[in-house]
Amino acid sequence: MLILTLRRLASMVLIMITVSVILFVIFEGDKVNVARKVLGPYAQADQLQIWLEQNGYNRALWVRYFEWAGNFLTGDFGQSIRYRVPVSEVLWPRLANTGILAFFVFLIMIPLSLTLGVLAGMKEGSMRDRTISVVSIITTSIPEFASATFLLVVFVFTLGWLPGTSGFANGFSFVELILPVAVLVIYDFGYVARMTRASMAEVMTSQYIRTAILKGLPYGRVIMRHALRNALIAPFTVIVLQLNWLLSGVIVTEMVFAYKGYGALMLDAALFGDIYVIQACTMVAVAIAVLSQFISDIGYTLLNPRIRFS
Amino acid sequence: MSDATLETGEEVKRPSRLKGALSTLALLRESPVGMVGAGLVLFWVVVALLAPILPLNDPNEPLMPFQPIISVPQPDGTVLTLGEGAGYPGDVGPNGETLWFGLDHKGRDMLSRVIWGSRTVLFWATFATAVAYAVGMIMGVMAGYFGRWVDEVISFIANVLLSFPVLVLYIVIITNLGPSGTNVVLAVTFASAPQIMRIVRGLALDIKTRDYIAAAQTRGESALYIMFVELLPNAKGPLIVDACLRLGYTTIAIATLGFLGLGLPPPDADWGKIIVESMPSAQFAPHMVVIPAIAISSLVLGFNLMADGLREIAMRD
Repeated sequence: MLILTLRRLASMVLIMITVSVILFVIFEGDKVNVARKVLGPYAQADQLQIWLEQNGYNRALWVRYFEWAGNFLTGDFGQSIRYRVPVSEVLWPRLANTGILAFFVFLIMIPLSLTLGVLAGMKEGSMRDRTISVVSIITTSIPEFASATFLLVVFVFTLGWLPGTSGFANGFSFVELILPVAVLVIYDFGYVARMTRASMAEVMTSQYIRTAILKGLPYGRVIMRHALRNALIAPFTVIVLQLNWLLSGVIVTEMVFAYKGYGALMLDAALFGDIYVIQACTMVAVAIAVLSQFISDIGYTLLNPRIRFS
Repeated sequence: MSDATLETGEEVKRPSRLKGALSTLALLRESPVGMVGAGLVLFWVVVALLAPILPLNDPNEPLMPFQPIISVPQPDGTVLTLGEGAGYPGDVGPNGETLWFGLDHKGRDMLSRVIWGSRTVLFWATFATAVAYAVGMIMGVMAGYFGRWVDEVISFIANVLLSFPVLVLYIVIITNLGPSGTNVVLAVTFASAPQIMRIVRGLALDIKTRDYIAAAQTRGESALYIMFVELLPNAKGPLIVDACLRLGYTTIAIATLGFLGLGLPPPDADWGKIIVESMPSAQFAPHMVVIPAIAISSLVLGFNLMADGLREIAMRD
């Protein structure tokens, strides 16, 4: 167990280092391009040279990489070209906002998809199973920007029940959270529900469930005490891995609803060419993704006694 | 002619292969859900292929200005309606034709834009998926068949790429290379090939232990022959299901990039871009955004239902 954890940790660190090298090379390998991004498209060649010299860009690439990586580890991500403030000052509050969004997405998505998945998987091939499956395929087929469009047209333009923007202009408001959370939950719950269903269906065909039913245990008890325990191991890993997906999903959702979060920051930086912000956002995203992979691997091992005791 | 080969994707290489793929698709008859999916996909493929010969207005030429009807709620509870309204679905166009889908914010025919948009989306989605599959299959079959350090290296590359959230990876690639069709294909390949590689690798590890592989090795066949003639064709089943799903994902990816302003350059309107361009007018003209949103959802749904149907049939056997 310890060896497995250490191995996972090592591979996690190795991946992070590789990603950081790749990001550094593609964004800062061409130093003139960096100067051009910072100084604007009309900067003259000698101005570019002065900037490069002043900011130490004329040193070897690997020297610059180590300096950059060192700064990164201490939380110094450089200066945002667009906002003219340190990237960390913009990034952390934005990430916290996305954290709020993510919290509510998981709060609704987990119970919803687990319940639907278990209900569907209890009786494979039943009418209920088929209905839930088809519904989850349909919701998973609607891209976030399309469901955002539908929700906007119905609840904002036509009925006028909800605000079409979630910028928290007048401070935090639950009403403004409804649509972004809905968009993300609609796209994602179907996938998790289907994974739960598959896991549940597999458990229901196992010998020990058959035994439990045949020895006359009440059906509800068989489900609650015997089946769920094992059926929910696989969905646990799937749910943790949804963090990785969520970092993609929030980009579209936050753009549509003008939510001041990580995704909107990343997209704005990409459209503006704010390379230091893109670098920082990408590194943070990869770190979260790799960490969630780690947690899901270790969690799976801890939850599954067959692996834990082998 | 070139369209016919492109729209049907990777299945057209050899007649025997085509027959094999078609017989797999014919199995769909047993699954009603899969049939519905195949129907949706087929509908869009036919529409996309027929676009040049359908009597459509030019998708990029404004027909007439769009005139919105603006409803303003009054304090006393009544609603004040402003504007004549021209260019809504069902209105009559300048040449006396009925505008079934209305006009967009620039006065262009939505029906024509949605239909021509299907060409863009289907072409790039199929093309990008095919390229991703070619790369992913080669990576996967090599990792699975050779094992050891080849596997270690390829798996590590895949793990690095998979550690990026998909859209973040797209953004990193597109911001560096610029938005263009080729770069969208490249981005999709970087994101999808590692996932395909993992599936193929798993299948290859299993198939590698079969007797016919040992027989081929004893015959002295080259590794290349074994990988591509013995191994890959026998991994076909799960890969077809995955390819359907992946066509759906890629469709979403391409339209999402268009929606974010990072997709294909104009004038090729994809469905995502049609929506985002008309978004400011959507308040008074919801048809401009709802119709392309339905279009993309129905195509992705088609791919997903088809995949589900195929998987169901495969599980039964």
